[in-house]
Amino acid sequence: MREPFERIVAAHGEVVWRVCRGLLPEHDAEDAWSETFLAALRAWDRFEGDRVRGWLVTIAHRKALDVLRAGVRVVTTEEGVPDSPAPPAGRDLDLWAALARLPEGQRTAVVHHHIAGLPFAEVATVTGTTPAAARKAASDGVRRLRTLLVLEDA
Amino acid sequence: MTDTATDPATDPVVDVLVPPTDPALLARLHGRLEARATGADAPDVHYRTVDSPVGRLLVAATEAGVARVAFEREGEDAVLQHLADRIGPRVLRTPARLDAAARWFDAYFAGAHDPFELPLDTRLARGFRLEVLERLRAVPYGERISYAALAARTSSPNAVRAVGTACATNPLPLVIPCHRVTRSDGSVGAYLGGPETKVRLLALEAGAALPG
Repeated sequence: MREPFERIVAAHGEVVWRVCRGLLPEHDAEDAWSETFLAALRAWDRFEGDRVRGWLVTIAHRKALDVLRAGVRVVTTEEGVPDSPAPPAGRDLDLWAALARLPEGQRTAVVHHHIAGLPFAEVATVTGTTPAAARKAASDGVRRLRTLLVLEDA
Repeated sequence: MTDTATDPATDPVVDVLVPPTDPALLARLHGRLEARATGADAPDVHYRTVDSPVGRLLVAATEAGVARVAFEREGEDAVLQHLADRIGPRVLRTPARLDAAARWFDAYFAGAHDPFELPLDTRLARGFRLEVLERLRAVPYGERISYAALAARTSSPNAVRAVGTACATNPLPLVIPCHRVTRSDGSVGAYLGGPETKVRLLALEAGAALPG
């Protein structure tokens, strides 16, 4: 007995948005979100297993790469952030802009583990690395985020 | 392994900084998905809700036409799960795609007798039940017919009880007017939407104004 797909959108739409936005600029993230759920809708009657979130994040990751490759802009790790100091004193902290300043491996590891909530074994599957490497990338990424965002002002 | 069992994935910094998602953004994203889910990517079942004087109706359709009308008391979750099991799990809320169906109900409750021909998909009824529903579609607006009289119009004229079952399991109430079937003693009889709803519909068709 498979759930109606609408319930999947309702339950996971927000986390998929956060994954897409964590990996892409806002407009591209919207494209990736709809591509992700369209692909999931197409395949929903054949989906096996109970790890729906991991499955959706895997699709979102692939769609984000597609969008990046297809985009006219080459999005670098410094994308979207002017050369300005980190935002002041804990206000208007922009996680998305800070994530865009991480090296790609750290960015995906932080997004998939800390934002999507996937265990490192699944992060490794999604990104094609090992669980240990995913754990290290996430940990390095969080350390870098702390410098970018918070602790240097604390 | 489940999605949440291992590696609690929280980091205070990241947690605090993930901005709340604007519901309007999620609605816009959903709208994009609806617009894209067409043609070969069309869902098995489209649905929307329609507010009406007899409560919120759930209207579900396949590409062929409206396949299910459900009353609020049937429970949206249960109805959607049933549609997923019977027709297909690719069930998507697509209000704009069901605008015509929504207009049909608006017109009906505004007093229109046969608002317009609404394409129907009767796949949720089979065999004798489907035959009963076909006969039922010919019962005109504002008329009443007894279960026995309706049975007499079918290939099994004595199957009064089976006619009752067919009406009680009509997947397309209102559109296929099972509310026009009443008991021989003049009482309204049972109705999926509740007897009070049946009374209101009969009153509407008798020309009474139907307060919202």
